[in-house]
Amino acid sequence: MSNGQSERREMTGAEMVVQALKDNGVKHVFGYPGGAVLPIYDEIFQQDEVEHILVRHEQGAGHAAEGYARSTGKAGVLLVTSGPGATNAVTPLQDALMDSIPLVCLTGQVPTSLIGSDAFQECDTVGITRPCTKHNWLVKDVNELAATIHEAFHVATTGRPGPVVVDIPKDVQFAKGIYVPPQTAPRTSYQPKVQGDLDKIKAAVDLMASAKKPIIYSGGGVINSGPEASHLLRELVDLTGFPITSTLMGLGAYPASGKNWMGMLGMHGTYEANMAMHDCDVMICIGARFDDRITGRLTAFSPNSKKIHIDIDPSSINKNVHTDVPIIGDVGRVLEDMVRLWRASAKADKKALYPWWEQIAKWRARDSLAYKMNNDVIMPQYAIQRLYALTKDMDTYITTEVGQHQMWAAQHYHFEKPNRWMTSGGLGTMGYGLPAALGVQIAHPDALVIDIAGDASVQMTMQEMSAAVQHDAPIKIFILNNQYMGMVRQWQQLLHGNRLSHSYTEAMPDFVKLADAYGGHGIRCEKPDELDDAIKEMISVKKPVLFDCRVATLANCFPMIPSGKAHNEMLLPDEATDEAVANAIDAKGRELV
Amino acid sequence: MNAQLQPTGSAYFIAKETEKPENHTLSVLVDNEPGVLARVIGLFSGRGYNIESLTVSETEHEKHLSRITIVTRGTPHVLEQIKHQLERIVPVHRVVDLTVRSHEFGQERPLERELALVKVAGTGEARVEALRLADAFRASVIDANTEHFIFEITGKGSKLDQFIAIMKPLGLVEICRTGVAALNRGPQGM
Repeated sequence: MSNGQSERREMTGAEMVVQALKDNGVKHVFGYPGGAVLPIYDEIFQQDEVEHILVRHEQGAGHAAEGYARSTGKAGVLLVTSGPGATNAVTPLQDALMDSIPLVCLTGQVPTSLIGSDAFQECDTVGITRPCTKHNWLVKDVNELAATIHEAFHVATTGRPGPVVVDIPKDVQFAKGIYVPPQTAPRTSYQPKVQGDLDKIKAAVDLMASAKKPIIYSGGGVINSGPEASHLLRELVDLTGFPITSTLMGLGAYPASGKNWMGMLGMHGTYEANMAMHDCDVMICIGARFDDRITGRLTAFSPNSKKIHIDIDPSSINKNVHTDVPIIGDVGRVLEDMVRLWRASAKADKKALYPWWEQIAKWRARDSLAYKMNNDVIMPQYAIQRLYALTKDMDTYITTEVGQHQMWAAQHYHFEKPNRWMTSGGLGTMGYGLPAALGVQIAHPDALVIDIAGDASVQMTMQEMSAAVQHDAPIKIFILNNQYMGMVRQWQQLLHGNRLSHSYTEAMPDFVKLADAYGGHGIRCEKPDELDDAIKEMISVKKPVLFDCRVATLANCFPMIPSGKAHNEMLLPDEATDEAVANAIDAKGRELV
Repeated sequence: MNAQLQPTGSAYFIAKETEKPENHTLSVLVDNEPGVLARVIGLFSGRGYNIESLTVSETEHEKHLSRITIVTRGTPHVLEQIKHQLERIVPVHRVVDLTVRSHEFGQERPLERELALVKVAGTGEARVEALRLADAFRASVIDANTEHFIFEITGKGSKLDQFIAIMKPLGLVEICRTGVAALNRGPQGM
């Protein structure tokens, strides 16, 4: 904890909120005022230790807090009012729940005497947010407020991280009570298991040592566990010589320049990663959860492998895929033991893996991320590649919206470090990236923060441009503008006979004028040979930028595991003729996408 | 035309269920705080699990602990998920699958009892018959006038089912059942 914790003393509920934020090391709060949180805003006004970032919509506050959390490893904090303030925060709460992002959401509530009376701006906040938080609290007694907020931070940031809500009625904010500083003794019922079972880790090491065709499949849990976990993961890969792939959420835990890196796996993962997953004999899943976008058809998922699964959440084990060696614990702690045991016992016979690496090289030679370059129109993949080439040596953070651009970013932007890649994986929230970029920029004022966006997604939370301008957050919104909801269209082509029902945006705003209107800077680029200069201009501008990158309108995202198929039935870009796309998913597969 | 039962295959793949569903009784020890029951029930409805019976009451007043007894139905895989998902709830202290535990002890099932209040109205022969049957079932009369009885009966669910079925033609008016309370046999606690 920072700068001198407060002692027990009497104060108002609103004072307690601000004091508790300070005592939990909070520097920034994203929020939007309203009737039921005015006393807290009054306290925020009278101090300058905790900086408040005013957004334009509570959803923006939530995603900004997510970006802040994801890029710092600390809890993101948002403060919203009752009723619509709370309901607007629901989307980011669920987003954070699915991606295991620590968020503390403080909501105002109508006075306790009015709860249940359908009062102005009343809603059942704890009821509405119960399924989309890790835990939530309605505080009715000011003497419990401080302890509850401390507990909220503890629950949000420990174990499998997640969002929490503390709902504070207005009369509790006014009432006086005794403030208690953060306690070290948490409640007895909440005790996440962090240390892995040594016998299980030993069994895993033995299994790994005997593997002929191993693969490491890592996920967001490695990043959540902290920088040390990423470091240990790299060490494990070096020691074992195993190939490694990662989920969307786990990009950056192992460097993309590492020689064992195979690229992302899953629905739009690389051919080599998915084929290796399918054919491996030992799979080491580290902090990932066998999501349906990863596994494809479950009955055909990696049929001949023994599976080791490291996860802090016991409910992730055996949820979708049977695990042979389950290890429950914090990824960092388990990897520490695993690396130690491997050093102590396993012989590093990397030669035994040569045939496997040869096979992988063949798959790799398939060049599954290839695309046809075009000299007249900007291919979206090319745009990402140029963006990467021109920004990779800078202190760069990337956020995305959701859709084709997100997958292209994951495929063609390469990450060397953890916490540099912020994207909505589980919930798939269009509109995540722009406010998330704001949050990242607030946490890292001198860094280059780029939201790789789609033209449809970015319009969902465009209003936060105004917040970025207000707070001098020079975020770069790099819009791959194809005038379609590209991923929706791609699926309509795959599943619905190319009937493009409402996936084309007929009235697109002029993003350059829009940027000007917000007080930012607008850039439009339509030609491949002008792209580099335009990107350099974007980087050099010291204010928020909307970059309207006009890309090939009908490009689709490949490779792809079509719906209903297995990892070894990928649709590769050079095979993706119109006919192949139309027939990629059979009638049965269509029912369930 | 049994397309639904074929392994359809999809990114949202729904595997054909090969395991058989079983009834299991779970004991869940929770902090007795506002909303805790809603969390448990919300988990079941939100994730599509079944609740066959649910009983909840504070069992340790000084520690503010309540014990929730849930009879649920699912395949072994789903039952394992239910247990783990319940354990994720912050105010949940412990979850014990009493049915699994009883199997470990070499027993078929845990001790399970239910209480029912059964109101039967009638006169003449039916009334006499109701009283006689109640006696045979060891149900006790807890309220009566010349036109009705209220019986209190405890036992396994099947016994209560049977008693209620028998009372139907004898003037059954209404029933209230508590749901299942359950413990494992033997000296050990959960």
